[in-house]
Amino acid sequence: MPDGGIGASSKRREDVRFLTGKGNYTDDINIHGQAYVHFLRSDVAHGRIRRLDTAEAEKMPGVLRIFTAADFEGVGGIPCGWQVTDRHGNPMQEPKHPVLAEGKVRYVGEMIAGVVAETPAQARDAAEAIVVDIEELPAVIDMKEAVKDGAPKVHDELESNLCYDWGFVEENREAVDEAIRNAHHVTTLELVNNRLVANPMEPRVAIGVYDRASDEHTLYTTSQNPHVIRLLMGAFVLGIPEHKLRVISPDVGGGFGSKIFHYAEEAFCTFAAKAVGRPVKWTCSRSEAFISDAQGRDHVTKIELALDEEGHFLAIRTDTYANMGAYLSTFAPSVPTWLHGTLMAGNYKTPLIYVNVKAVFTNTVPVDAYRGAGRPEASFQLERVIDKAAREMGIDPVELRRRNFITEFPYATPVAVEYDTGDYNATMDKLLEMADVAGFEKRLEESRKRGKLRGLGINCYIEACGIAPSSLVGQLGARAGLYESATVRVNATGGLVIMTGSHSHGQGHETAFPQVVADMIGIDPSMVEVVHGDTANTPMGMGTYGSRSLAVGGSAIVRATEKIIAKAKKIAAHLLEASEADIELKDGQFTVAGTDKSVAWGDVTLAAYVPHNYPLEDLEPGLEETAFYDPSNFTYPAGAYACEVEVDPDTGKVEIVSFCAADDFGNVVNPMIVDGQVHGGLGQGIGQALLEHAVYDENGQLLTGSFMDYAMPRASDVPFYKVDHSCQTPCTHNPLGVKGCGEAGAIGSPPAVVNAVVDALQRAGHDVTHIDMPLTPSRVWAAMQQG
Amino acid sequence: MYNFEIERPGTIEEAVAALAAEEAQALGGGQTLIPTLKARLAAPAKLVSLSGIAELKGLRREGDRLVIGSGTTHAEVAREAAEAYPALAALAGGIGDPAVRNRGTIGGSLANNDPSACYPAAVLASGATVITSTREIAADDFFQGMFTTALDDGEIITSVSFPVPQAASYQKFEQPASRFALVGVFVAKFADGVRVAVTGASEDGVFRWSEAEAALSEDFSADAISGLSVSPEGMIGDLHGTPEYRAHLVKVLTGRAVAAA
Ligand SMILES: Cc1cc2nc3c(=O)[nH]c(=O)nc-3n(C[C@H](O)[C@H](O)[C@H](O)COP(=O)(O)OP(=O)(O)OC[C@H]3O[C@@H](n4cnc5c(N)ncnc54)[C@H](O)[C@@H]3O)c2cc1C
Repeated sequence: MPDGGIGASSKRREDVRFLTGKGNYTDDINIHGQAYVHFLRSDVAHGRIRRLDTAEAEKMPGVLRIFTAADFEGVGGIPCGWQVTDRHGNPMQEPKHPVLAEGKVRYVGEMIAGVVAETPAQARDAAEAIVVDIEELPAVIDMKEAVKDGAPKVHDELESNLCYDWGFVEENREAVDEAIRNAHHVTTLELVNNRLVANPMEPRVAIGVYDRASDEHTLYTTSQNPHVIRLLMGAFVLGIPEHKLRVISPDVGGGFGSKIFHYAEEAFCTFAAKAVGRPVKWTCSRSEAFISDAQGRDHVTKIELALDEEGHFLAIRTDTYANMGAYLSTFAPSVPTWLHGTLMAGNYKTPLIYVNVKAVFTNTVPVDAYRGAGRPEASFQLERVIDKAAREMGIDPVELRRRNFITEFPYATPVAVEYDTGDYNATMDKLLEMADVAGFEKRLEESRKRGKLRGLGINCYIEACGIAPSSLVGQLGARAGLYESATVRVNATGGLVIMTGSHSHGQGHETAFPQVVADMIGIDPSMVEVVHGDTANTPMGMGTYGSRSLAVGGSAIVRATEKIIAKAKKIAAHLLEASEADIELKDGQFTVAGTDKSVAWGDVTLAAYVPHNYPLEDLEPGLEETAFYDPSNFTYPAGAYACEVEVDPDTGKVEIVSFCAADDFGNVVNPMIVDGQVHGGLGQGIGQALLEHAVYDENGQLLTGSFMDYAMPRASDVPFYKVDHSCQTPCTHNPLGVKGCGEAGAIGSPPAVVNAVVDALQRAGHDVTHIDMPLTPSRVWAAMQQG
Repeated sequence: MYNFEIERPGTIEEAVAALAAEEAQALGGGQTLIPTLKARLAAPAKLVSLSGIAELKGLRREGDRLVIGSGTTHAEVAREAAEAYPALAALAGGIGDPAVRNRGTIGGSLANNDPSACYPAAVLASGATVITSTREIAADDFFQGMFTTALDDGEIITSVSFPVPQAASYQKFEQPASRFALVGVFVAKFADGVRVAVTGASEDGVFRWSEAEAALSEDFSADAISGLSVSPEGMIGDLHGTPEYRAHLVKVLTGRAVAAA
């Protein structure tokens, strides 16, 4: 086996260009003759547009054209990709989401007009000169207020602000109520899963280009899934068939979910480029990103856990309000439902579960998937309520978890999913060893001597990723398939190109995918390149999110490579004058079993393209194969996390002194990349737990509209992590046996942090059972004052 | 940013003359002003850059005082005041990040008088004198509430003269996002008494905590203030801390400053 195959911690080849400033991001692309758009955005959260007068602004220097909603008559709304059916069998309420505000504005940041001008500054100057008179209406911000009778309506044409009232599993509703009524012990916890702004390093950018000669549109955009954008925008918004629309997402500087969705700015630039006859570029500022990127989380939940005398879980009931914001972003309805309710069993055998979710429209920025999407919300409430139950019942929190672990696989949960493999005791054992839990008391003493309160938080998590079986998600309301694609092209001299429908925006695909192919063929990974991000040269795929690229996209690559190898063996058999069944491929050499006859990979590939001595009557020349892979199940990475904190009793400041993660990701292709993915996820989870919070005032103004008030985690806020993924129960249903690792860190870490802080306060004698995230010094101090 | 003219005078006199123009504004290190311009929250017709004026730069001893030119950057103070006035050097070294410290100036910070800025606490606690293009202003008269100072239009700070205390310390509790002071307390002990200045906490900007000063002048120990408390009334309440929390931090940080001084 050559170096650098599956299991090698090869350095990320893409980092050479990223670290030397040679990346090619969307904003680096400038098209000859391009103009620039600046959007006039609403500065009120809810209002009726009484007057919109662009006459003066149109006369400003450099202005090419100003667009308002009137220019988009006949253009479709921004579509929602998932329809949820409510408890009563009715479809969710789905308001129109216009490209530019029509009649009303519904959140601070909504686009009212787009000014296209020769320079960005001219566009901005003219946008300021637009006369807009908005009659302010009362804004609805608080979800529970929003669903009360008589609350102002975000969308006048809808019955109410309730998007849907979802029950899962609805048939279990009464049985769960009864189990909770009759249980020996019920632990109840009310909590908030704080709203977040994703803040990828690179803000969004879009450039629309139109070629009048060929009637072809090109959109350059910062997307995690260019094919999805092409389909949504082409088919539903602008009416452009795929063969006339090319979407290119070059290097993308992080997404974390926020770049999955089809945004109005993309449709605007594509539309305006044709209307103006010039390429139209939009570069989002950081301030604009805060009020226009879809935000994450924002759930308010009450969870009840019923237990018997021995601490066995009997039933779980949850009641959640999930904020949709003012409009339905692409996958918004699926996040609090199918990506959340289905995970409520966690790692535990709970026979009865009922999840109720009320999705609510408010006058805030749309909310959609953010790293983990629904699964962090599920893990957080479950792992917090278990910790609280353990304390109430006087059972060690680790022991309580172990008592309820699922230990036999496959395991069908009462919330509609089937876990294929796992070993939750193994990851827990590993964790306790890594975190030296046995030595905790000693460290506690040592902290006490320094006047600090020390706490230990341990929890598990599970996620469903590698999304997903198309037929299943179709039944659940997805308006898209969720397979992935790959074309593997072998060149005449033996090098290969993988054209993948997934997209890399930090994940390291350019390094990991070649490791897989090189391993299968037995060649050096440097012979393999990855192409992604351009609909013109990749097969239609669904993109990257939900930790799916290796599990689903990698599986497609394996399938395509298998086809390549099968054909190459036929060619080798011909060259070696042997029977195909006797041909073996190892280390890049085809051999005839039991003989010393062999032919090298490169000779076979050359023969495929220079078919002089070739079985042309049986076999086409060339060596290029495509595969589409649709998984039969989700994958279920799981693990156990431990966080140790010190709290300053005088100030309430929390310091994370250690963080350990024991994950089971199944087989691992590149351990170093996996470490990095976990590190990043932990950083974001710790950010959510301690620092990050998007806060609106009662008028719908975002109070945390910049980094002056929105606290991102910095290097000094996080410890040196200890991560381990040696516990491996390979996925049983994909060819690589991989599960996905991109979101785990962000899912598993928030409960660990909160558990640890609550533990620290309780050990110090405070009667504190919960603090809502983020655990700012002020909040922790206030909690200590109260109990 | 809107368009503006820029002038780069070489002397204080030229700067003062340039600032006499309509809607002219001084530009120090630009660490506050440039972001404000970029956000289009200010639209001066003319910026008068002070960074080319040699006489505004650098530190010097004048008897037992340390005099710092208004155009001296935070990084320079952090480096060059380390021996003469270590608490002040430490304060400067804790402002922002290296980029901010290499551009931002003491004069800009004082003129701006952000209620969460660090330097005002040092100037007030030290009983320093702010020297301007026209006069000398005692610290107690200079700070007049959030973003408000005794400076007149067109008046520029030229230097700040610090009496050097026997012992001093600045304790900054960072606001988690901006890392400005959520509360910062500067304690300075002189032969004739102790001065305590608090930034970040009050709706009226930097202030002196006179009860603590009296107690510490009697007995310079953290215990001396244990019986005191600060009223939350008039304290800033926002996302990052309630008025009660800020009032509490004032006392905690004062105690720590005394212990560290
Ligand atoms: C990321 C970041 C973090 C920061 N963190 C901190 C922190 O932790 N603590 C802290 O205290 N500060 C902090 N600051 C602010 C920083 O200290 C600024 O440098 C300072 O507030 C302004 O100084 P400047 O020289 O940049 O002034 P400028 O931005 O150039 O000017 C500010 C104001 O002062 C006026 N001005 C400038 N110089 C003079 C003068 N000589 N005479 C009269 N008026 C003048 C200007 O007209 C303007 O109104 C931070 C800034 C940033 C960007």
